[in-house]
Amino acid sequence: MARQKEQIASRPQLATTELWASAPYPVILVDRTGTVVDLNPAAASLLEGAARGSTLSETVPPWLTRAHQETTDPAGRSAGDGPASAPRPVFRGRIGTQTFVAHPAPNPGGDVAWWLVDDTDRRLVEEELATERERTAFLAEASNVLLASLNTDRCMQITAQLASQYLAEAAVVILPAAGRQMPLAHAVGGRTAVRGTVAADPAQVPGLSEALQGFPPVPSRWIDPGALPGWLLPEDFTGTVGSAAVVPLPGLGVPAGVLVLLRGTGSTEFDESEEGFARLFAARAGAALSAARLYAEQSDITRTLMRDLLPPRLDRVNGVEFAGGYQPASARDRVGGDFYDVHPGSTPEDASLAVLGDVCGKGLDAAVLTGKIRNTLQALTPMAGDHERMLRLLNGALLNSHHTRFATLVLASVRREESRVRLRLTSAGHPAPLVIRNDGSVEEIDTRGTLVGALPRVEARTVETDLRPGETCLLYTDGVTEARGGPLGDELFGEERLMRALEECAGMPGTAVVERVQMLASQWLHDGRHDDMALLAITAPPTTHLSAVDGHTRGRYTA
Amino acid sequence: MSTHTLAAPRIRGLQDRLWAAVTDRDEHAAAAVVLAALDDGIDAETALLDVIAPVQKRVGTEWAANRLSVAQEHAASAIAERVIAALAHHPAGRTTPRLGRVTVACVDQEWHVLPARLLAEVLTLRGWQVDFLGAQVPTPHLVGHLHTSGADVVALSSSVPTRLPAAHAAITAVQAAGVPVLAGGAAFGPDGRYAHRLGADAWEPDARSAARRVADGIPAPLPAAGRQQTDDLPHLADQEYTLVVRSRPQLVREVLTQLESRFPAAAAYTEQQREHTAQDIAHIVEHLGVALYMDDDELFTGFLVWTAGILEARRVPAASLEPVLDVLSIELKDFPRASRLLGRARTALDALPPPAGHDPGASDDRTSPSASHPGS
Repeated sequence: MARQKEQIASRPQLATTELWASAPYPVILVDRTGTVVDLNPAAASLLEGAARGSTLSETVPPWLTRAHQETTDPAGRSAGDGPASAPRPVFRGRIGTQTFVAHPAPNPGGDVAWWLVDDTDRRLVEEELATERERTAFLAEASNVLLASLNTDRCMQITAQLASQYLAEAAVVILPAAGRQMPLAHAVGGRTAVRGTVAADPAQVPGLSEALQGFPPVPSRWIDPGALPGWLLPEDFTGTVGSAAVVPLPGLGVPAGVLVLLRGTGSTEFDESEEGFARLFAARAGAALSAARLYAEQSDITRTLMRDLLPPRLDRVNGVEFAGGYQPASARDRVGGDFYDVHPGSTPEDASLAVLGDVCGKGLDAAVLTGKIRNTLQALTPMAGDHERMLRLLNGALLNSHHTRFATLVLASVRREESRVRLRLTSAGHPAPLVIRNDGSVEEIDTRGTLVGALPRVEARTVETDLRPGETCLLYTDGVTEARGGPLGDELFGEERLMRALEECAGMPGTAVVERVQMLASQWLHDGRHDDMALLAITAPPTTHLSAVDGHTRGRYTA
Repeated sequence: MSTHTLAAPRIRGLQDRLWAAVTDRDEHAAAAVVLAALDDGIDAETALLDVIAPVQKRVGTEWAANRLSVAQEHAASAIAERVIAALAHHPAGRTTPRLGRVTVACVDQEWHVLPARLLAEVLTLRGWQVDFLGAQVPTPHLVGHLHTSGADVVALSSSVPTRLPAAHAAITAVQAAGVPVLAGGAAFGPDGRYAHRLGADAWEPDARSAARRVADGIPAPLPAAGRQQTDDLPHLADQEYTLVVRSRPQLVREVLTQLESRFPAAAAYTEQQREHTAQDIAHIVEHLGVALYMDDDELFTGFLVWTAGILEARRVPAASLEPVLDVLSIELKDFPRASRLLGRARTALDALPPPAGHDPGASDDRTSPSASHPGS
């Protein structure tokens, strides 16, 4: 072995050079002092002006000079980097337009042969991969954030903010005008977007009106930065716009809006892959925005249609306190098959009509029928002097409708007389009203009648009673008494428990009675399923004050 | 804020007059006290936080000490509500919104509305546009509201610790909609530790500091892909919470049966006494469940010590709680975390000073809208 080594070492240098000459990589041999000892033709053609005897720093870029110093002078590297433990450092850098990995091959004489391997293609691929990864991560984040909200304003703000963070220095999102005003959001440098509206002609910006109309279909386009109107530029965007693009946000069949991307004069213009990426982002933002718009439109419609189905807010009417409480069967619903209403008497001397009822079934279907019953009863209020007649008319109306459901209800004509409240109560197949007397007793009012909407004839018995100041008459639906739960999980709340609870409520304001019962029932249920629950309390005000704190006037006690 | 400083005695005088009106169930007198104070130049925020709020707090304390009935307590809350409404219409309480939009809501099944109501009024006074959703807001309604109306922040109130799991669901849902949550109320602990554990973006101990925090701005939560509630509380993986909560009725029944076999007095209970006892046991199991959910000893121990105080005030020996814990310990011996909680609570009860004489067996309804938490 040793002899062989010697033989190799004693070979003339020329032979090595010849070997290099045919090597597919540029090779450059440098001595300890940094002088080029030799180089092969590939190296000569790569490194312009390189020649034997020249110094390395004249011949190669600085990164390679440093690499050579580090390799020949390991002491220059940080302490503790033993040759055994340290991984071989990778030297990589540019020469001309290409990049190379430089592999040092030291020989015993102290010279180092540098093999330069071109890795330009690999670097390009790696860079592209990194860009794609970053974009994918961005799109994933954008999707997360955009999907989180169905609120149009918020989607608009997020779109502008994200676009100004990743796609341009500033971004503006413009939505189709609602009336004369176009909603828009400005964002700069990924900061929180500022929302506003502008009453401007979109035709001022080339391509904007087409993109907002969604027709004819337009691609994103470059516009002359000089043509931008002032309102389009975010306030905190300092500098001059160098390039601007109008990117349509494709909606789900409707134009969702437009994204305007702005870059300063100092930055590079958009390249083709960036444009493609902007389109990908625009597709997501557009989908989110139009989903939010659809949701907003749908909830507007729902709100309008539901307005009359929601339980009314009750207050004092003609000297009598009314308080209501309603819990639909499902937490998702706001309406159900229970209802209550108070129709004030036309003068303080006239009786007001209070109604509480329960349509068989729950949810929206039942709520629609409650709407019908409530309308019918309102129309029948002039006949409130005769409850039975009202019920007969209502029954007829329900039998003639296409609904197959029936209902139970209580009618209460309520009139203040001096400090007392006179009540005429009629139940149509409904749980009897309960009166909480001041002495703590709870009285069941003995009115009975047939339910409405099922049989051709209805019968009912009206009962009269008085409330002294502080006393409350409570109307309720069976959702309360049929609440199933309790500590043992399977008991009905029941009428007896309700009456016991009410015994404690003597002298309480009607709102407090309603709240108390609601609270007990919901605690009884303990997150269990239940039917709709409605409560209506009619209370004779406890004191002689005639002017109420109704929230609108300052009562006379302050005068 | 207030430009004039008010002598403390004047405020105390107002509190006393309001207290008298409230316990007298005289809504008009109560409103008169507050409105006259406004006419005299007290600012609305002071009236809300230094007059109405302390009186309401006193209602809870007095109930706990058995000096107020449940009915008086409900009436007091109803009156406070009306007074606040009247105050909002007084010229001193009128402001036009000029700041951002805030949603104020109570957690689902949370009936204690006043803390949230006070915050809503304070924020309105300070110029925020406030959407006050009221008591017991189901989480789907809250999120639906955020989608339709939007909000810069949701202020979420909870007073009773048994609502903490529901609060967790609400916090996660609101954050998933990209809106930060400011938590407040006694349920989150005196130092807000439960709010932080449930991942709330902020917590504040009272309405004034909450209003300041909202003004400082609370950054929106970062949308973490696939974040789930169990990420905040990894101990839930042992399923103890789920199993205990699901078997609550069986546990109550078992404890009741065992009590009756151990104590002849318990076997002689009337139907109503039996039901009250069952409700008390159910309450204890419920708190055990929450302590398991949060994995927090103090939640359960604190509740039992507080209950013992409530029982003493009603002349029921707190020692009656011990057999309940003993039976639960046997029933739940296979659940390590539940066993730990029960053991710690038993030690804490043993350490309580011995009570004076009582009539045994009496119990009453501890369902109260104001008295809520050991820390409150």
